[in-house]
Amino acid sequence: MRGESVVVVGAGQAGCQVAVSLREQGHRGPITLIGDEAAAPYQRPPLTKAYLAGETDLAGLVLRQDSYYDDHGIKLVRNERVIGVDRQARVAVLGCARTVSYDHLVFATGARPRPLPIPGAEHVLNLRTVADADAIRQRLEGQIGLDVVVIGGGFIGLEFAAVVRKLRHEVTVVEAQPQVMQRAVSAETAQHLVSRHRSEGVQILTGTGVAAVREGLVELTDGTVLVADLVVAGIGVVPNTEVAQRAGLLVDNGIVVDAHLGTVDPRIYAVGDCARFASTHAGGLIRLESVQNATDQGTTVAAAILGSAEPYTALPWFWSDQYDVKLQTAGLTNGHDRTVTVGDPAEGRFSVFCFKNDKLIGIEAYNRPIDFLMGRRILEGGNRLTPEIVAQPGFDLRASQQRAA
Amino acid sequence: MPKITYVAHDGVETVVDVAQDDTVMRGAVLNGIKGIVAQCGGGASCGTCHVYIDPENTKPLSQMHQVEDELLYFTACERKDNSRLSCQIPVTEEQDGLVVHMPEKQL
Repeated sequence: MRGESVVVVGAGQAGCQVAVSLREQGHRGPITLIGDEAAAPYQRPPLTKAYLAGETDLAGLVLRQDSYYDDHGIKLVRNERVIGVDRQARVAVLGCARTVSYDHLVFATGARPRPLPIPGAEHVLNLRTVADADAIRQRLEGQIGLDVVVIGGGFIGLEFAAVVRKLRHEVTVVEAQPQVMQRAVSAETAQHLVSRHRSEGVQILTGTGVAAVREGLVELTDGTVLVADLVVAGIGVVPNTEVAQRAGLLVDNGIVVDAHLGTVDPRIYAVGDCARFASTHAGGLIRLESVQNATDQGTTVAAAILGSAEPYTALPWFWSDQYDVKLQTAGLTNGHDRTVTVGDPAEGRFSVFCFKNDKLIGIEAYNRPIDFLMGRRILEGGNRLTPEIVAQPGFDLRASQQRAA
Repeated sequence: MPKITYVAHDGVETVVDVAQDDTVMRGAVLNGIKGIVAQCGGGASCGTCHVYIDPENTKPLSQMHQVEDELLYFTACERKDNSRLSCQIPVTEEQDGLVVHMPEKQL
């Protein structure tokens, strides 16, 4: 039996997951996975961690062995970009002008670094792909004590700063907002991370923008000039939506999809960083840039292609490693109006419970993996924790759930 | 390359070559062995690469750190004395011939 053909546009974590899940769930038809990088699909998180530190190579990053794709009848096309989709003819048009026909098409086009809107941006490196990481590694190789300036105090910037500091360079992080990781974590958690970075000797400047970059120098908006042998930016990403837009699909800071990750065209879906979806957890349309979202959406779309009517409802979660800090978040803490901190912040082991209208919306576990995993279950299961319960002296998440059960 | 044997819950054995310094988890995932999910890709964050080390094992294994120990309380299948997270077991020649058993489910 020859099944329907699926074309996956983009071979990152989400795209690869679509192909893998289709086969795992029994899809028999042809699968074409098209990526514009030279490497086989790989994990991006280690790029700011072990890979950058030289502790692993590309072989340690790939998501599947090269032979996996052939063995599972997945046609992996590398170094190739899809430049158009003809929805009437149901074909994807490649950069080389070849076409691939589809019964179902999945956009997993990811995102690209947000361009830095300042003079001298051409002196600034990004960190998104393995090629980016290689370029940075090359600049740092065999040296110590270089002056490195990081523009942007988000996860990418701070993880990068931690690794570069461990490689014994002088690091300054410049964040335009008053707080690092403002979109992603509470002020409490951000403050602890900042303290940790400072204790490691990383300089963190907040509330200061970058005005211009010149050869060897970074000029800040407050007039400060920093010496810089290397400048790396992590100021967020923009979703790759151009092909979807040209194909006439709805695009609004991401390819807009419904609860089943389908677009307005019943044969076309979008997953991962490029997809903007209605989240029951956020109470509106959001885009998420995380491994969890990429893999769970990939699995959901594979099931949808095979006829499932299950909507995408997975609880968002995320982790970040900086020095020996493992920060794990369950749920979306953005938009909280009250926090309760549990544990021992002075010892660097605590969790911040984030509430909105007295309802728990997320937990940030700072070296407290149990709170993270329990938190996921509680948030998935419809929680009844209130700030008052959590704020009781000696509150313990595990004990509280055992009592409830 | 060291060979690792993965025994599925239904008893089916798969033997794969695992590159030096990869982990027992990656040996399974790279080769598409079902039974190890590894949601977080090896970040010791999810507890979905749970394995039981073969009771007869004599190969030396990495020491268990606190994060792994805590995560093992939250695996989908029961924690036993021989439970490990396979992402925390690096593979070298010393582990050649290691046998791990996969639990019935990871989620």
